[in-house]
Amino acid sequence: MSTFLTFLITGLTTAAIYAVGASGLVLTYTTTGVFNFAHGAVGMFGAFLYWQLRFDWGWPAPIALAIVLLVMAPLFGVFLEVAIMRNLEGTSEAVRLVVSISLLAALVGAANWIWDPTQNRFTASFFEGKGFDFFGTRVTWHEAATVLIAIAVAIGLRFVLYNLRAGVAMRATVDDRPLAALNGARSDRSAMLAWAIGCSLAALSGILFLGTLALDAGTLSLLIVNAYAAAMIGRLRSLPMTFLGALIIGLAEAFWQIYRNDLSQHFHVFTSTYLDTFASAIAVIILFVVLWLLPNPRLRGHSRVREFFPTPSLRGSLVFVGIVIAGAAFISAWTTQSHQIDLANVFALGIIALSLVPLTGFAGQVSLASLSFAGIGAVTMAHLGGGGDPLGLLWAALICAGIGALVAIPALRLSGIYLALATAAFAVMLDRWIFNLPNFRVFGWFNVKLFEQGSVAVTRLKVFGLDTSSPRAQVVLGAVAFSLIALFVVALRRSRFGRRLLAMKDSEAACATLGMNLVGTKVAVFALSAAIAGVGGALYGGVQQSVNAQMFSFINGLPIFMLAVVGGIGAIGGAFFAGISLALLTTILPDVVPSLSHLLLITPGLIGISLGRNPSGAVSQIREGFAPMRQSKVALGFLAASLTAIVVLRSTNTIANWPTFFAALVVLVASVPIGEMFAHKAPAEVAEEPGAGAGAEIPLEWVGITRPFTDEDVRQMDAALGISEVEMYGAARS
Amino acid sequence: MTDAPVQDILLELRDIRAAYEQIEVLHGVNLSVPAASVVALLGPNGAGKSTTLRVIAGLHAPTSGTLVIAGRRVSGARADDLARAGMCLIPEGKGVFPNLTVRENLRMATYTGASLHHVEETAYARFPRLKERRKQTAGTLSGGEQQMLAMARGLAVDPALLLLDELSMGLAPIIVEELYEIVAQVARDGVAILVVEQFARTVLGVADYAAIMVGGRIVNVGAPSELEDELSAAYLGA
Ligand SMILES: Nc1ncnc2c1ncn2[C@@H]1O[C@H](COP(=O)(O)OP(=O)(O)OP(=O)(O)O)[C@@H](O)[C@H]1O
Ligand SMILES: [Mg+2]
Repeated sequence: MSTFLTFLITGLTTAAIYAVGASGLVLTYTTTGVFNFAHGAVGMFGAFLYWQLRFDWGWPAPIALAIVLLVMAPLFGVFLEVAIMRNLEGTSEAVRLVVSISLLAALVGAANWIWDPTQNRFTASFFEGKGFDFFGTRVTWHEAATVLIAIAVAIGLRFVLYNLRAGVAMRATVDDRPLAALNGARSDRSAMLAWAIGCSLAALSGILFLGTLALDAGTLSLLIVNAYAAAMIGRLRSLPMTFLGALIIGLAEAFWQIYRNDLSQHFHVFTSTYLDTFASAIAVIILFVVLWLLPNPRLRGHSRVREFFPTPSLRGSLVFVGIVIAGAAFISAWTTQSHQIDLANVFALGIIALSLVPLTGFAGQVSLASLSFAGIGAVTMAHLGGGGDPLGLLWAALICAGIGALVAIPALRLSGIYLALATAAFAVMLDRWIFNLPNFRVFGWFNVKLFEQGSVAVTRLKVFGLDTSSPRAQVVLGAVAFSLIALFVVALRRSRFGRRLLAMKDSEAACATLGMNLVGTKVAVFALSAAIAGVGGALYGGVQQSVNAQMFSFINGLPIFMLAVVGGIGAIGGAFFAGISLALLTTILPDVVPSLSHLLLITPGLIGISLGRNPSGAVSQIREGFAPMRQSKVALGFLAASLTAIVVLRSTNTIANWPTFFAALVVLVASVPIGEMFAHKAPAEVAEEPGAGAGAEIPLEWVGITRPFTDEDVRQMDAALGISEVEMYGAARS
Repeated sequence: MTDAPVQDILLELRDIRAAYEQIEVLHGVNLSVPAASVVALLGPNGAGKSTTLRVIAGLHAPTSGTLVIAGRRVSGARADDLARAGMCLIPEGKGVFPNLTVRENLRMATYTGASLHHVEETAYARFPRLKERRKQTAGTLSGGEQQMLAMARGLAVDPALLLLDELSMGLAPIIVEELYEIVAQVARDGVAILVVEQFARTVLGVADYAAIMVGGRIVNVGAPSELEDELSAAYLGA
């Protein structure tokens, strides 16, 4: 009985913290339509700040609490709203997701920058660990206070939302934002209030974890995934149900500890090592099941999106991969081995990012699990690609495709953030549980080998007798593999299947009414994407030569998704951008300029946050910037000649690496104004300009869509339809 | 554009153009609404009537042109600022917050400065039915009751300019007539009212002026009696 009570109290305390965290999340989501993946990171930051004031500087607890919860956290919330979230109106779900994920990354980076993660930090629970006796079980005041705080938060939120006009206005904004404005309510103020309260609640939950949990930026930030499950049980809307959800999860985690011991006496399976790390996966499994079983409320803000990806031309893509392979071969000839490894990483990561192009870019299905599939690909290569057998790659693709299809089935009815959360739950489940398992047998005959609770070796490929074990060969292999898969993705985009994916992104309902097989299409694209990620992971494993579970953790996967979206998720250039920038930020630049390494921790986050301004991604912007160069023969000639000269100079050892790099950069940048000088307006360009004359070649059905109707169009149509103008407008027009 | 004396003009649109994305839907709209009068804006589907109202209310930014209210240029002003300054738009079909109770809906009207007591009193005096249902969520009200609630807000806040979009939508003719009675009465108290309608008969009965909009342009303005023939031309293209 007393163990029961002990665990009950532990469970209630955990549930109370989840409830506080989850209610803040629900509040910001419902009032602003932004699902804040960084909610946990805000809580983590609050906990660190509190530690700083309370334990490092020794301030009294009430003052430290007041400063963090009533001043810093609300101000940060207001800052978030004004500086970032406000710009997200009218952007796609993927963009919003990336912005909040980037915020998460930036906050974790900043915390690791300010508070050295290698240092141990003393924390203590409130009330100096004192407690009281409750039916023979010791309850600390900290635990009692935590539960009371959760109840107070529930009552307080209820009061704010139903009794204060500002709270009523927040609910009104959820219902109908324009109408709230027509009533004279300032929706920006409602949003600011929501963010202020939300951040304060996040910080409160982070602080309440102190004393029971180590102060670690990553762990604290991801604890919120457990609160997501609670929020989902509340359908992201109902606060009472959210509290109930928190209760279920908190108690499930606590009782697992008791009953596992009890059950293990009767059922052998419960003593197995497979379940040692299972407790940490309970919440995400509940999250997955809840997402799967409960009907999903309609997503908010499903409006027209601002992003646009043109169809890639086959010729342009061939030129692109040609440049990529030639560039990789050339650069790798002159760099050190460690830089060759970095370069090989660019392509392996680029392939993993490519897996997102058909899935997220074309089909509009968000997945946060691509690095997890890469992990599966890497272990497959490790165990089935012995001696560099290319069959290992094939197995990686097939196994990942199979698992991808399996994951797709429950995910079929999800979209937007629900899908993102389901894939995140899958990734976190692998990360916290499956990837840490020892080798095991399924159904007594099927051996599953994973990371063997450590790291496993991956042999580099031998293709048709060609050994790729040298770093330089890895670069070329990576570039070729990336190029082939990129071309495949381009071909896919131009195929019938690609058009179906795009159609599905635009409107699933319309596709279904047209008789398209949505289930088949979705499962296929999930499997395909997983297979690409698996191949990428297998090659990545080869570059690294040894892989462990940590390399494929959920949190490490976030930058790939982030940077791919920033680069432009609908284009292969975007995936390349993700590969390059990830390698640049994580290994190359810190190597070259060590003093920047802290700043680089938060750069991916800052880049992602900037996405709100250009939802089509950086690559499209860069493309536009270089448009005059591409359209001028003079500029292209100049570029080709100068680059050839630079290649010759470098090859004859006339200039060194860095001058080569800068010379190439200068030539590239200079070609743009040259292009502008010699630009002769190509007819195609004129047609693209909005408002171009009626003479421009636009298919009739696009008139009014890519450019507005003109009187001339109307007259032409009238003529074609045999209606006279007088008939159309009556006497009124004359 | 109207015969009213210039100093009485409360709302004036000068050459307003507006677009959704790249597509222009208002091609230079000129329109005036004098104080203490009802102007009806009529026209077929997709003519741009609702867009015109959205532009006036500050929900949609015009691409060019000037908007003058009570002698002041307000182009570019925000909807909530305009609302607090005395403009009230009852949008078409969805003038209430469905998940808020009737009372909370009325509470939202207090952002214009009126007290909750005053808002409730005027609303319940006009529409006693709402008083019985004050604790019910607005989404569960009947269509007519919802429209009453939306109108109640418009009347309770004592606006200077009232914009009504398809008041009659989904309502029984008898309620429509009742509502237009009230509209006429409010106008006599000095409020400038711009009414958008599809079915012209009822509104022409209370309107002082009418304007016909076709394809994003005002094609005719005049006294209601003069426009009846033009109207059928605009709707039927005959
Ligand atoms: N949000 C929008 N995005 C794109 N186009 C729009 C949008 N809203 C309206 N339009 C277009 O603008 C034009 C004018 O629409 P508006 O709603 O103003 O017409 P209306 O005169 O109110 O018609 P109705 O009598 O049917 O209400 C229409 O062609 C419509 O398709
Ligand atoms: Mg309309």
